[in-house]
Amino acid sequence: MTTSIFYFVATLSIIFSLMVIFAKNPVHSVLYLIVTFFTFTVHYILLNAQFLAVVNFIVYMGAIMVLFLFVLMLLNLNKDNEPLKSTLVKVVGVIAGCCLLVTLAGALKAVAISDPVVLRNPNLGLVKNLGKELFGPFMLPFELCSILLLSAMVGAILLTKKEKV
Amino acid sequence: MDIAFVIEKFVLVAIIFGISLVIAMYSTYAERKVAAFLQDRLGPDRAGPAGMFQPLADGLKMFMKEEIIPTNASKWLFMIGPGLAMLTACIGTAVIPWGSAITVGDRVIPLQVTDINVGILYIFGVVSLGVYGVMIGGWASNNKYSLLSAIRAASQNISYEIAMGLSIIALLLVTGSMSLKEIVEGQHGWHWNVLYQPVGFILFMVCAFAETNRAPFDLPECETELIGGYHTEYSSMKLGFYLFAEYINMFVSAAVMATLYFGGYNYPGMDWVLANTGPVIGPLIGVGVFFIKIFAFIFFFMWVRWTIPRFRYDQLMHLGWKVLIPLAIANIVVTSVVIAVIEGF
Repeated sequence: MTTSIFYFVATLSIIFSLMVIFAKNPVHSVLYLIVTFFTFTVHYILLNAQFLAVVNFIVYMGAIMVLFLFVLMLLNLNKDNEPLKSTLVKVVGVIAGCCLLVTLAGALKAVAISDPVVLRNPNLGLVKNLGKELFGPFMLPFELCSILLLSAMVGAILLTKKEKV
Repeated sequence: MDIAFVIEKFVLVAIIFGISLVIAMYSTYAERKVAAFLQDRLGPDRAGPAGMFQPLADGLKMFMKEEIIPTNASKWLFMIGPGLAMLTACIGTAVIPWGSAITVGDRVIPLQVTDINVGILYIFGVVSLGVYGVMIGGWASNNKYSLLSAIRAASQNISYEIAMGLSIIALLLVTGSMSLKEIVEGQHGWHWNVLYQPVGFILFMVCAFAETNRAPFDLPECETELIGGYHTEYSSMKLGFYLFAEYINMFVSAAVMATLYFGGYNYPGMDWVLANTGPVIGPLIGVGVFFIKIFAFIFFFMWVRWTIPRFRYDQLMHLGWKVLIPLAIANIVVTSVVIAVIEGF
């Protein structure tokens, strides 16, 4: 049951992430990306990581993508005013893409099918257990991450107030 | 999963869906009556006794109106917009506990569709998703006023979500659980969270006004500046969906506020009532009390709308970022310190 749901949702993820690339209109692209993130949320739920699922839902779908959409709607990119890329850039892009494909195929061929990761504690994704892990063994890295994020926030605000400093 | 379980949940979902729609429908009527009362008028009184059939007449009118999709609109997104607004408004009710469990024979029926252990965050996620209906509709209309309104809605919602999230964190410190069921059960009798978190409640309520785009924060539909707001180009039932979604949102946020801060279905003396009325009537009285609280909040929403003028946009942003967020952070700090002192570190 879970496996078939996984394959169904995984197919959807791939289809929608391809649509992100192939959509002509950037706003449609972002909307497909939102749907892709939603399928990721379903993946997290299938892995019994409820907290991660709901945080992915709130932060990525609810906040970050709203800002993406916000900027794209303001920019109002149309096909008319999009700068046309020269043939040289296109050829280089195709070659680079093929190189990446070859590298990826080679890398995939080199690895054997890895052992499936067995969770020691299947309820790790629940809020209580996750919190105990984060504030127990992983206290220092967690706090360092939060300081990093705080400094990034302060930096962003400082950049917008350049003229007054 | 037995079949009785599925039927039970299905019936519960159908009832809750029906109730939200009926309440939203009669909220439009109530809004006009409350407005009339506050402005010393009569309000709608033609359709049926005291105008009781006015919402039906309005609904019929919405269905009968000609449907126009602007030529240069993005057709599919134009249609998805109102549907998404309606969907996000309706799914919020899934985690709200409407009453304590009813016992029929040996079967315990919980009056809650699902009790997920991240219930508050689910509500929060649905709220943050709600802005997409407005944004998509506003952009797809291909009208500059709609777009401006959609962008206003997005920035307003994002700004107030932060303060809302921070006020919820202080509440979580008090309750120690994210499950709405456990939060309600922790407020047994009169131990309502509003007594422990008065500042948090006020913050949450102000943010709820902003998130539902209700006055005094209804800038996305500010007529004097933006014609009709994000639904300028909409007509017929699509417009109806947008207007309707606002009332459902109001109902859901009233229910969430009553659940989180005003004890949900708890009321003083409930133990005595439960002991004397039996396992079916007792919980149903609790449901009634819960709905009285919800109606009180809905009335409050309307009261504020017809009393306080609309904010200016810079005032809105100033209030959100420079008043509510610092206040919410201070609330978290004070709450944590008090809890730490009480529990003796």
